[in-house]
Amino acid sequence: MSKRRTPGQEAVEKKGWLRANTWLLLRRLSQLGILGMFLLGPLAGLWLIKGTLSASTAFGFLPLTDPLTVAQSLAAGHVPEAAVLVGMLVVLAVYTVIGGRMYCAWVCPINLLTDIATWLNRRLEIKGNLNLSRSLRYWLLGMIIISAAVTGSIIWEWFNPVTMVQRGLLFSMGFGWLLAAEIFILDAFVLRHGWCGHLCPVGAAYSLLGFTAALRVKAARRERCTDCTDCFAVCPEPQVIRPALKGSSDVILSHNCLNCGRCIDVCPQEVFVFSKRA
Amino acid sequence: MDSAHNKSGQEQSPSRRRFLTETIPAAAGALVLAVGLVEHQHSAKALPPYAIRPPGALPEEKFLAACLRCGQCVRACAENLRQDKSRTTAPPAASAPQLGEFISQLAELGENAPLETTVPTLRLAEFGGDIAAGTPYFIPRISPCRMCEDMPCVKACPSGALNKKMASINEAKMGLAVLVDQENCLNCLGLRCDVCYRNCPVIDKALTLEMQVNQRTGVHARFIPTVHSKHCTGCGKCERSCVLENAAIKVLPLSQARGTLGSHYRVGWEEKEKAGHSLIPEALQLPTRRPEEKP
Ligand code: SF4
Ligand code: SF4
Ligand code: SF4
Ligand code: SF4
Repeated sequence: MSKRRTPGQEAVEKKGWLRANTWLLLRRLSQLGILGMFLLGPLAGLWLIKGTLSASTAFGFLPLTDPLTVAQSLAAGHVPEAAVLVGMLVVLAVYTVIGGRMYCAWVCPINLLTDIATWLNRRLEIKGNLNLSRSLRYWLLGMIIISAAVTGSIIWEWFNPVTMVQRGLLFSMGFGWLLAAEIFILDAFVLRHGWCGHLCPVGAAYSLLGFTAALRVKAARRERCTDCTDCFAVCPEPQVIRPALKGSSDVILSHNCLNCGRCIDVCPQEVFVFSKRA
Repeated sequence: MDSAHNKSGQEQSPSRRRFLTETIPAAAGALVLAVGLVEHQHSAKALPPYAIRPPGALPEEKFLAACLRCGQCVRACAENLRQDKSRTTAPPAASAPQLGEFISQLAELGENAPLETTVPTLRLAEFGGDIAAGTPYFIPRISPCRMCEDMPCVKACPSGALNKKMASINEAKMGLAVLVDQENCLNCLGLRCDVCYRNCPVIDKALTLEMQVNQRTGVHARFIPTVHSKHCTGCGKCERSCVLENAAIKVLPLSQARGTLGSHYRVGWEEKEKAGHSLIPEALQLPTRRPEEKP
């Protein structure tokens, strides 16, 4: 077989590097910016936001709470104080509009890691023969809630790599690197998109908000599609694209879409745009 | 979306194939995780003896359901210390160093470690330890609770894991001090060390010196540091200040420091007080037995 073309190459040639990477750059800016805002406190004494991704207070007044953590707390038998519930409503409201898994693509620090792992996985052209179902994460999500109810404790937080890594950076890491390394190895060498695409219950929880999200990616000019499959190659959830390109609706309706916008970037034909759920 | 490839030529509907290759393994995997989580919680239920929860913390089982692992209490504690103008020593780094670093710093300082340590009290449990990851605790020997009157940690807690109903820091029951080593405590040896007693913020209530005859010399007194659970807040200043290399007085989590009476036990004199008279109709006359008496 001849060497495969690099996805996105054609887009760079046609649209120029910047326009072929716009959303990727914005996303990195957002991920690093949010992490940076959290880090400014402990590193520079500038407290824009206090706390961690599980619960925090922004600008000294705005509570923000992770709905999955609250769900576990409730399942474990504790009714949190008003600030936590308000914080949860704020977060729910935001992600219900912009797409639940926008959290994954634009906020989550693990995504930076898994993106690097995926890049490596592609470079090394590792196929891997582990076959996991992409629905596993929803089962895990359910089990986490049940485990919280059975143990009466937010037990998943002992292991949750999403909050663990961020907490590690903000406070102290302990053996948190081990978890991060495991995820990296899984994604780079065993199963492409292994963590975010198959296992992560945090992403699964946020994706549930994607069922009604207003902001979606739309294959607005799908008649121009040349079947180059570059979008499939870069998408962390490639199965979500096909219905929009070939199905009855040209909007990517799947709640699993991260709204990362990478398909918009790499499409040389400029088929995709961000739009509202039609 | 993808149609079933019937390589074997068998009749297998896509949904059945999906059920076998996806649903069952996924459910099994989830079950394995759940069993692991429950098992883990089982093995890690109690706090290790060196770790004390912040003031106002709900009882441990409830705390583990309530604490969102956000660390805002830890931040408030460190910030409060940093801004404390009365402190003479250098302000601590805002970001908490790793636990190992703490302990080695303290070990290096040894006896010269300043009592008013610059190390913030609260820390957040790391992954891989035996305290629920992400929950706040402190190690009194490294840095005791400073008993801040305005309780910045409790105020910062959004979830109610640290109870805002606590009216004053003096009501805190973070743990209970116990004079665990009555052989090496200097006061027990007959000296007047008194350091723990003098450092107790609830001096003469939580910690008293009880005079006894020194049985060894027969003529001297011993002043035994004695903790009273009603007033002890578990702040750990006594443990922090103990001059021994390994403290003779230690704050333990309540579950480990206290015994529990059997639920059917009644204390006679309390019952008597409640009833207003003795519960036993006539006082029994029991013979007094002395060791030398032969039965
Ligand atoms: S799937 Fe999980 S780890 Fe991946 S980006 Fe989303 S929340 Fe983060
Ligand atoms: S009361 Fe104790 S734990 Fe709370 S902020 Fe003050 S020193 Fe820290
Ligand atoms: S502030 Fe409250 S919820 Fe947050 S870590 Fe501390 S005790 Fe837990
Ligand atoms: S822990 Fe020690 S210093 Fe603190 S109140 Fe109790 S006896 Fe006093």
